[in-house]
Amino acid sequence: MNALRMLRLMIVDDSNIIRRRIERSQQIDRLEFVGAAANGVEAISLFASTDPDVVTMDLTMPEMDGVECVERLVALKPELRILVVSALADKATAVEAIARGANGFLCKPFTDRQLNDALAELLQDV
Amino acid sequence: MVNEAEIRTFLEGAVNYFDVSARQPVAVGVPYLVTTGSPPVHDYTGIIAVSGRRNGAVCFTAPRSMLMVLLMRMNEPDTSDANMRDLVGEVANTISGNARRDFGKDFSISVPNVVEASSGPLPLPRDLRPVVIPLNWRSHSARLIVCLS
Repeated sequence: MNALRMLRLMIVDDSNIIRRRIERSQQIDRLEFVGAAANGVEAISLFASTDPDVVTMDLTMPEMDGVECVERLVALKPELRILVVSALADKATAVEAIARGANGFLCKPFTDRQLNDALAELLQDV
Repeated sequence: MVNEAEIRTFLEGAVNYFDVSARQPVAVGVPYLVTTGSPPVHDYTGIIAVSGRRNGAVCFTAPRSMLMVLLMRMNEPDTSDANMRDLVGEVANTISGNARRDFGKDFSISVPNVVEASSGPLPLPRDLRPVVIPLNWRSHSARLIVCLS
């Protein structure tokens, strides 16, 4: 039986607390944290140097928002798995993020279990 | 100005935030309208500017003592001033963002702007009257301030 390959995780959020929380709380054995960015511009730059397979993405951020960043990252790497982690709780925002290329949506605030369930679901066919 | 149902949206957002993030319930006091002057603030205030279908701001103001305990409840060992500022902005952002469930996508919110009590009255629109929602958590008091057209 083939072992599942390790996947590189990048965290994008303008809140340091949330970045650290996701890094600390995620318990998916296959995920290896490779870096965090505080906005979309930083994320594009970090993406080039770390080549992540999985991204958690906030939406409301300075410089470049999450929806635009999702679109740009997916254009660079179509197989990228993106979990949007945002406080924006309306259905239209989730639908738009998915339409731009995100693969899942987790609403803030979230529990550790909700985070890990969302990540597990994101990766179930990878 | 916000109506009773809209106040309930923000109130429920605050209750949900503490239930999920702090794993300890917050007690909500009786909301009141500020008729003169600026609403009272604690050490740090996170301000979210609102535009689109509604205009104004949503603010969460809290003392350092409360933010420190809240960080610890969230298993965050770094209780520096920088993280307290980050947290007060994140609480304001989360409650405002969650309100879009009821207000819809045209309820546009900004990134958080964090101010200290020493910097003077909150920069709120002068033609709007803020509603203050008192919040009591453990032995600490905080306020959610909703100032919308």
